[in-house]
Amino acid sequence: MEDKKIIIIGGGPAGLAAAIEANNQGIAPKDILILERDRELGGILNQCIHAGFGLHMFGEELTGPEYAGRFIDIVRERGIGYLCDAMVLSLSPDHEVAFVSPTEGFCRIRANAVVLAMGCRERTRGALNIAGTRPAGIYSAGTAQRYVNIDGYLPGKRVVILGSGDIGLIMARRLTLEGAKVLRVCELMPYSGGLPRNIAQCLDDFDIPLYLSHTVTAIHGKERLEAVTVAKVGDDRRPIPGTEEYIPCDTLLLSVGLLPENELSREAGIVLDRITGGAQVDETMQTSIPGVFACGNVLHVHDLVDFVTKEAYRAGASAAAYVSCACASNEGHEPDTAARYLPTEGKNGVRYVMPQKLNANGDLNADTALFFRVDNIYRDRSVILSVDGKPCAKVKKRFLEPGQMEHINLNEDAIAAIREGSTVTVALD
Amino acid sequence: MNTTVKKTCIVCPMGCHLEAEVSDNGEILSVSGNTCKRGDAYIRTELTDPRRTLTSTVRLCGAGAERYLPVKTTGGISKARLMEAMKALGEITVTAPVTRGDVIVKNFLGEGADLVAGKTVDAG
Ligand SMILES: Cc1cc2nc3c(=O)[nH]c(=O)nc-3n(C[C@H](O)[C@H](O)[C@H](O)COP(=O)(O)OP(=O)(O)OC[C@H]3O[C@@H](n4cnc5c(N)ncnc54)[C@H](O)[C@@H]3O)c2cc1C
Ligand code: SF4
Repeated sequence: MEDKKIIIIGGGPAGLAAAIEANNQGIAPKDILILERDRELGGILNQCIHAGFGLHMFGEELTGPEYAGRFIDIVRERGIGYLCDAMVLSLSPDHEVAFVSPTEGFCRIRANAVVLAMGCRERTRGALNIAGTRPAGIYSAGTAQRYVNIDGYLPGKRVVILGSGDIGLIMARRLTLEGAKVLRVCELMPYSGGLPRNIAQCLDDFDIPLYLSHTVTAIHGKERLEAVTVAKVGDDRRPIPGTEEYIPCDTLLLSVGLLPENELSREAGIVLDRITGGAQVDETMQTSIPGVFACGNVLHVHDLVDFVTKEAYRAGASAAAYVSCACASNEGHEPDTAARYLPTEGKNGVRYVMPQKLNANGDLNADTALFFRVDNIYRDRSVILSVDGKPCAKVKKRFLEPGQMEHINLNEDAIAAIREGSTVTVALD
Repeated sequence: MNTTVKKTCIVCPMGCHLEAEVSDNGEILSVSGNTCKRGDAYIRTELTDPRRTLTSTVRLCGAGAERYLPVKTTGGISKARLMEAMKALGEITVTAPVTRGDVIVKNFLGEGADLVAGKTVDAG
């Protein structure tokens, strides 16, 4: 297989949108290649059959497959290159991508620019340390979602769910509709990480109780899960002795968070962010390796696919610009300005800010958004964007919840205040 | 005496915390907490005739390894009939090829909304 201008690793919504936008920006369809390890394009959306996608992008609520389908149609219509069943094994700092596929065998190809769009995977029980046996009947929520929605197989009849993130909530409803009894959803934290609407329509609608500040402390059963022990936790998030309850069940779903899938990035030497688990990027979505961009869940975990798409458009456009610029500099034109990076930071309740750095010589404008998450539930607070301690923008928020990604845009004041050595801070008042 | 009913709006991911002031005879006197007018409409139907869009799968044949097709109702159906609707879906098999948006059942359960295919699947 020949070299490409842009290789996109991952054919989920992020990869699809990056490819489409790179094409919009003048990269020919045949010079783009999406490599997807699954048998079809669409990524995790293929198993997310519930509605809740696309309100921002399309002004209507689509299911996951419908949302993905709209982008897959465009990729096919334009003849943008893609290869399914193609598992990428490595990426080198000089943009060489190695992959295996049943039709191509083992291949190494090079690209002028690479877009990372590998999505995320679920944290597993190993990362959790629950005491007890290791019987069958324990699944991550996403795996159970795949069983039910793609393979048509119900993992169990009496279910306890640990973790109240959106996937856990969605699965509580899905399993109930398919005839299982969801006994309860336990959440370690004193608040749910899921969208409030999902608590309403997935739990309340079916009278499924949500136990906040509760966790699973033991697993029982030899071959098959027979029961779990659930206990209340204190402020220190440790089980409170004497609060244990023994709950007979045949299935435990773990919905305990997602981790960006960054083995490839790590091996390539890309600098990762300790908090997001994704690459550190600038406002063009460029990672620490020039010409390698990242977007979607591989960059930071998103709750809404619409924002994945927007981020991926930016990454795709940046990759296209990089390719055009690299071609120009090969012909003897030096890029006119070197990057001058300023760090961004989150403070006072803001857990992280993405992008982690801004290029003061780049194209910072009112469309440059700083995405962030808060570390707790807050009511009636203001989000303040400041440069070197000087407040430049302020947005009032009625509710701030860790489960919802927020953003604040740069404004004229902030852009005017930015100079060499500045720090841009997002904080709550 | 009037009562205040609290509901989370499920119309969009904002999830506004709605409050309706309801009089003794069930009349909705006022709605607050909504960011847009869809929230107002939502709590009014929610208190009289709650409806939900149903998404699920039906059996698929003629598409190789792909054996289930995602489907949805094009609008809300009565919340009380969701389990009945799931039973009805169990009786349906669709044959590929199928195109996203194809109507599988018109006026599903007589609830006014159609049941449509959620995905394009080629014959395989
Ligand atoms: C279980 C689950 C439920 C969700 N529910 C919702 C919801 O209700 N609403 C909502 O808006 N968002 C939801 N999300 C978030 C949603 O997944 C994201 O918004 C979006 O799918 C992320 O897109 P992505 O392209 O970054 O990742 P993905 O959709 O995960 O796509 C990544 C793709 O990369 C491929 N890949 C990974 N590694 C390699 C490799 N080495 N070689 C080749 N290909 C590779 C994967 O196979 C996959 O197809 C959910 C996420 C999960 C995990
Ligand atoms: S009131 Fe409007 S903005 Fe608020 S959740 Fe409902 S639809 Fe969304």
